[in-house]
Amino acid sequence: MRKVYSRIETIAGNVISVKAEGVRYGELATVNTRYGTSLAEVIRMRDDEVSLQVYAGGRGISTGDEVRFMGHPMQVSFSDNLLGRVFNGSGRPRDNGPELTEGLIEIGGPSVNPAKRIIPRNMIRTGIPMIDLFNTLVESQKLPIFSVSGEPYNELLARIAMQAEVDIIILGGIGLKYDDYLFFKDSLEEGGALSRTIFFVHTASDPVVEALLVPDISLAVAEKFALKGKRVLVLLTDMTNFADAMKEIAITQEQVPSNRGYPGDLYSQLASRYEKAVDFEGAGSITILGVTTMPGDDVTHPVPDNTGYITEGQYYLRNGRIEPFGSLSRLKQLVNDSTRDDHRALMDGMIKLYANYKESQEKKSMGFRMSEWDDKLLKYGEIFERTLMDLSVNIPLEEALDRGWSILADCFNSQETGLKSELIKQFWPKKDEESGEATA
Amino acid sequence: MTKGNVVAINGNMVSVNVDGDVSLNEVGYILVEDKRLKAEVIRIRGSQAELQVFEITRGIAVGDPVEFTKELLAVELGPGLLTTIVDGLQNPLPELAEKSGFFLERGVYLQALPREKKWHFTPTVSVGDSVSRGDQLGHVPEGIFEHWIMVPFGLFDTYTVETIASEGDYTLEETIATVKDSAGATHELSMVFEWPVKRAIDAFPERLRPEEPMVTKVRLIDTFLPVARGGTYCIPGPFGAGKTVLQQITSRNAEVDIVIIAACGERAGEVVETLREFPELTDPRTGKSLMERTVIICNTSSMPVAAREASVYTAVTIAEYYRQMGLDVLLLADSTSRWAQAMREMSGRLEEIPGEEAFPAYLESVIAAFYERAGLVRLNNGKTGSVTIGGTVSPAGGNFEEPVTQATLKVVGAFHGLSRARSDARKYPAIDPLDSWSKYAGTVDHEMTEYARSILFRGDEVGQMMKVVGEEGTALDDFILYLKSDFLDAVYLQQNAFDPVDASVGTERQRHIFDLVFTVLGSKIKTDSKEQARNFFYEFRQKFIDYNSAEWESEAFEKLEKEMREMLSRVSSELEPRAQEAYRNRGDYA
Repeated sequence: MRKVYSRIETIAGNVISVKAEGVRYGELATVNTRYGTSLAEVIRMRDDEVSLQVYAGGRGISTGDEVRFMGHPMQVSFSDNLLGRVFNGSGRPRDNGPELTEGLIEIGGPSVNPAKRIIPRNMIRTGIPMIDLFNTLVESQKLPIFSVSGEPYNELLARIAMQAEVDIIILGGIGLKYDDYLFFKDSLEEGGALSRTIFFVHTASDPVVEALLVPDISLAVAEKFALKGKRVLVLLTDMTNFADAMKEIAITQEQVPSNRGYPGDLYSQLASRYEKAVDFEGAGSITILGVTTMPGDDVTHPVPDNTGYITEGQYYLRNGRIEPFGSLSRLKQLVNDSTRDDHRALMDGMIKLYANYKESQEKKSMGFRMSEWDDKLLKYGEIFERTLMDLSVNIPLEEALDRGWSILADCFNSQETGLKSELIKQFWPKKDEESGEATA
Repeated sequence: MTKGNVVAINGNMVSVNVDGDVSLNEVGYILVEDKRLKAEVIRIRGSQAELQVFEITRGIAVGDPVEFTKELLAVELGPGLLTTIVDGLQNPLPELAEKSGFFLERGVYLQALPREKKWHFTPTVSVGDSVSRGDQLGHVPEGIFEHWIMVPFGLFDTYTVETIASEGDYTLEETIATVKDSAGATHELSMVFEWPVKRAIDAFPERLRPEEPMVTKVRLIDTFLPVARGGTYCIPGPFGAGKTVLQQITSRNAEVDIVIIAACGERAGEVVETLREFPELTDPRTGKSLMERTVIICNTSSMPVAAREASVYTAVTIAEYYRQMGLDVLLLADSTSRWAQAMREMSGRLEEIPGEEAFPAYLESVIAAFYERAGLVRLNNGKTGSVTIGGTVSPAGGNFEEPVTQATLKVVGAFHGLSRARSDARKYPAIDPLDSWSKYAGTVDHEMTEYARSILFRGDEVGQMMKVVGEEGTALDDFILYLKSDFLDAVYLQQNAFDPVDASVGTERQRHIFDLVFTVLGSKIKTDSKEQARNFFYEFRQKFIDYNSAEWESEAFEKLEKEMREMLSRVSSELEPRAQEAYRNRGDYA
């Protein structure tokens, strides 16, 4: 069955074609070149002509190189031995560990039956108040981090990876700078989270086709762990690179581009990955956090735009903070009623006041006279930004709520906050410690 | 039966060499290993047919056999459709889950309607009667409805009833009648038949002009941007502006008999909310579970693209079927952009010359043909039935100048454009009251709503001006105008979906409270200062919001209204001339 073909008919970009028989669509093959062996996948067939996409790229392939069909589609090994290991986009070790071949599973499997999905109900704690308190992350949610390049999105992901209350972290790096890859590795090692983490890393210098495999391979492994009852968090950085890889490949294959050069199926392609986020009834769950860098801070760019239509909210990372206005976790309502009685009210109340602060700030910058109320708001905004919004703040939700109350008490009278009197009675800090800024 | 063999595979498109006749849109099955994958013929060239496959194509090989069915892509029509949850090809999803577990295994097709269940049939024709397509033969109870058993729409002759089953319990496939056509051949009829989804059901003598409003209980829609029964409307909007929430609210509250929800290429999570919540919610009209009037067609974004394209047709065909029983049906398609994108993907694979943004050149005519399947019709027996279609559009970048939005706007009767600015300001429903339009008649007198709209426009202008010159530079009259438009927005256009009373406002209440709103808008209001005017409106607004959440005609409701009327009489004694005229000419809808 495993025939070897030693005559490559065409080589164009990353795509080669051979005349072969008995091949199945999506099947994997190996291409032996003098620079090493690469995997290739069947992407088109017409009569006996089979086109393959070479994962390592077309450079250096000779028409006389050997193509050997493997009789199965792309697979990845699945076992607990994956934990703590680093692989590249085609599932080969990047660390110096042994190649894994046990328990092979196919990637890019079928979609979950909507009738088997359940309404999400568990919060994931991250220790970051801007997430836990204001835009709670929920198990099985899919959320992108919209960011301009230059923002500390990888630092944020690394912190989430270290602190999130989940069983397994899968980090999929797409077009990652080598430095960033090392940063992730080092910080997770230092944070002691390496043993529950699996890396699938495609760096910027790796062949572009492998970039396409990273989300699929990460999510296929995540799915298996979730079915075994694990709560898995998949971190993907950066999905814009994934879309760009898709664009590059589509254009070289002479597909008709739709919007700014991206292929017409960009939405479906992104959706089929993000929709892998799921909470299995009676088993585990997959939660996806992906970074989407916005070229030129433009949210209407096709990648963030299509992503926004797919995901359940978004975190905007701007000026080193998770922006409270554009950011939204659509599923937070499902969990934040059962955390603490004051959670919802405090969340809304603090953001409303922060919006007022922004207005006062604008008035101030335009040279209008500041009232007493404006001064209070300006003080509030400053303390809020410094003690809660800053990404380095690392406290559990309950402490963040308490801190929220103490910030309010520092700046306002209780009736100025517009919060319900019952909550004020229960949570408003007692004035016995008259010591100025209690929180700073 | 025509057979063939696969010769080429490209994504979800497969080319097949055929040995006989094939027709466009015919269904074929590709035999791969032990699976049969459903596919539809989308182009024929000589002996080669191109098929779009409704499943993942991985594993297909050149040479694999293909069997053609001679049938076009069709859905099953018969009792039992209501309450079902199916995918774009009418596979029941809960049954699929029982069979294959968590995942949608490919190549598994189940019958949409249960075969064992017995239905209590009551005949309405007698032997010797003459019948034709769409005529009622009898009926069975389906939940709260009387489900008509009709002469299949594919029988184009006039027939004489030879036998008809007597009243009793029958399964779907048992023969309940035999009829003889004009050539003398007999046909056995059961309670179920198939109809090709891409052909509109036209077994009625006449289409009528949609005139009656379809009440959604959303004030902004019913009063200002009404939708007619049998009409069409679209909801374009950027992501996060609340398209899906608005559709969900409509699917709960709309005053129609049956709601068909087509979740087309959107998030699975949203469908799950409907799936899990509807059975628990009661329909205020019938007191039964909302699910009893609902069919969900669900082809979410990660399910195969070709089936997504089929799903809107499946939905509209089921809607048309219930229309044939004299029912009012509402079809909510979310989102038509995903459907258009599915067409774009196939067009690309077929290497057709692309139109704007790579959408196929036939995009407009296909969208127009889809919305034209809505309509109010007069049936054979004189009754009327309607299909109303509401489609969401997800324009790239929230920019309405893109091909799908524009093609849709050409054919719909109402446009409910959602605005990011309004949703960011948490003003829900985030329909832009200035840009949106409707060509239908609403629940409230047109002249009065036009007057209110003019206040909205002028208030907006004053608001723009105030941004430049500040409050100090604005005349008192203009400032009051601005406050009026702000008041209209706050108490009437915005509606709190979480408040049990405010969430759905029926026609009678809308007319009643609009009368008060109109009086405020039309009054010549005299105050000494802007501060006084602002205080008046803020206080009035607060009262009105409480009034909005007070139970209809309750004590609190009456009391608040009285207070407000008194408050108004202190600052104003007469209406503006134009308002007076509009009020005098208002239609009598009591």
